[in-house]
Amino acid sequence: MNRLQQLFEKEQKGLLSIYYTAGYPNLGDTLKIAETLEQSGADFLEIGFPYSDPVADGPVIQASSKKALDSGMTLPILFEKLKDLRQKVSIPILLMGYVNVVLQYGVEEFCKRCQEVGIDGCIIPDLPMYEYEEMYQTSFKKYGISNIFLVTPQTSEERIRKIDGLSNAFIYLVSSAATTGGNLSVSESSAAYFKRIADMKLKNPFVIGFGISNRETFDAANEYASGAIIGSAFVKNIDRNNLEGSIKTFMKQFRS
Amino acid sequence: MNYFVDKRGYYGDFGGAYIPEMLYPNVEELRQKYQSVIDDEQFQQEFKALLKDYVGRPSPLYLAKRLSEKYGANIFLKREDLNHTGAHKINNTIGQILLAEKLGKKRIIAETGAGQHGVATATVCALRGLECVVYMGEVDIKRQAPNVARMKMLGAKVVPATSGSKTLKDATNEAMRDWIANPVDTHYIIGSVVGPHPYPDMVAQFQSIISFETKKQLQEQTGSELADYVLACVGGGSNAMGMFYHFIDDESVKLIAVEAAGKGVDSGFSAATTTLGKEGVLHGSRSILMQTEDGQVVEPHSVSAGLDYPGIGPQHAHLFKTGRGLYASITDDEALQAGLLLTQYEGIIPAIESAHALAYLEKMEFKGGENVVVCLSGRGDKDMETYMKYFNL
Repeated sequence: MNRLQQLFEKEQKGLLSIYYTAGYPNLGDTLKIAETLEQSGADFLEIGFPYSDPVADGPVIQASSKKALDSGMTLPILFEKLKDLRQKVSIPILLMGYVNVVLQYGVEEFCKRCQEVGIDGCIIPDLPMYEYEEMYQTSFKKYGISNIFLVTPQTSEERIRKIDGLSNAFIYLVSSAATTGGNLSVSESSAAYFKRIADMKLKNPFVIGFGISNRETFDAANEYASGAIIGSAFVKNIDRNNLEGSIKTFMKQFRS
Repeated sequence: MNYFVDKRGYYGDFGGAYIPEMLYPNVEELRQKYQSVIDDEQFQQEFKALLKDYVGRPSPLYLAKRLSEKYGANIFLKREDLNHTGAHKINNTIGQILLAEKLGKKRIIAETGAGQHGVATATVCALRGLECVVYMGEVDIKRQAPNVARMKMLGAKVVPATSGSKTLKDATNEAMRDWIANPVDTHYIIGSVVGPHPYPDMVAQFQSIISFETKKQLQEQTGSELADYVLACVGGGSNAMGMFYHFIDDESVKLIAVEAAGKGVDSGFSAATTTLGKEGVLHGSRSILMQTEDGQVVEPHSVSAGLDYPGIGPQHAHLFKTGRGLYASITDDEALQAGLLLTQYEGIIPAIESAHALAYLEKMEFKGGENVVVCLSGRGDKDMETYMKYFNL
């Protein structure tokens, strides 16, 4: 059982997860950010490996990805930067990025390296369920990497059940029909959507992401879910001249 | 060998639908319905009537006499340049707008590079009275002012793509993001045989009218519906797929696809995807694309905006890998010279995209008497500025 599965083994409430882009704001910041986030009360993390054409992402993560690529971030460099990860950080960590980058690295090798540095799971938004089952699942299982699937307001109940069957940590509930970095308006329709999923009594817990930007939206998501994921709002707040300070200040609104 | 799409949405190793979950319902709706809509008799009647009365089909198959004498073979030109809006692109947009109507969509989005597909989309939206939003790279908007004006005049909203390299691939990303945000009422008209399944197959079927007509015209003009060679240029590959489609299973017909070598295959400024690319995933399908070792998409270069794309459609990747098609490349200079040659031999100014296919005739050796069809995918009006600069006209 990996750290992520251990975390979700018990019933959880109010988990705080932070996404950030590897290699941003500077190539060497990745591990330092993880340490600071753990110290500031994050429960688990998603580290994004950058891609040139991130279609599921809004402007903030597009920009941080481009900046990271311009600084020379690649998957081999990321694994190198993470080699001492487990001496410094103990909370579960996922990698998040697009399928072509994984494909070029080699799926088997990718999973192997993830396990070696202590990565617990992956979110690959453009890797579809069919392809995962047919071509990727074996490697993920072999190295104990949890693959996290997304569910949106338009995902059918039948498909959600299938996703639940393939998941072994948590399900990522996309808050609304949008790319990352929007603002969740906690309307009746989104509340009805969260409640609909909660009422399905899935075997996996779910965590809400996309549009979670502050304490208000974080609390709203946590009424229904085990936790919430903050990405763009965090990335936007990183101050390269005051890395630790800006992270700690941002985290205070959730953990004080 | 099966060269067409299988039940899983693949062409051999290529194809599929590599899309985020947010796009799944949209693409799944299309996947479930596209074939039954296309096969519907009423749909076919409407589609054919519009192609005939609005687009001006069938497009002629013209035996280019002086060109034939020069090369020592019978060179036939499939005149897609004579279509309404000046290129083959409209065959697909007519098909997709009718499909969008059948699916009850109220809003159309599209991506465009040079603006030809954008104009073809804005045209059919005006024709059917549907809202139209076209995404176009900020850089391309500056390069292609007349087409931007055409789209606006046709009532479309042209939205600049300001991310990444600000060209066609980024416009495609932005269109996909729009579709994510508007999953219910919007249809995305992709302009080439790229994208997640079923797009490559759907666009190929709409463009297949090109080879369907060509076979009949060859029968009338030569006594055989088969040619020895069929040539077309390839960016994403929609005119080539339309030109190849009904010849693919006739293995005696040699299929030649011509990519843009730009300033030269090894110059660092090229769009010769099959030479420079590797297998990977771009814009929702597994295919061949130009990328770094780390899997980042590389910005291509070609003098012709329509070929300036870092990938090819998955069916092309399959034809290439199986050896069914020959994939060659032509430089900017060779294409421009071929454009001038056709103009002066036959009185036809071709689009620079199409000129790439014509330029390959120079590299072929004929015994004499072979029948060769070249897809003249578009006319050169849009390229006059480039021709003027290059030839000091």
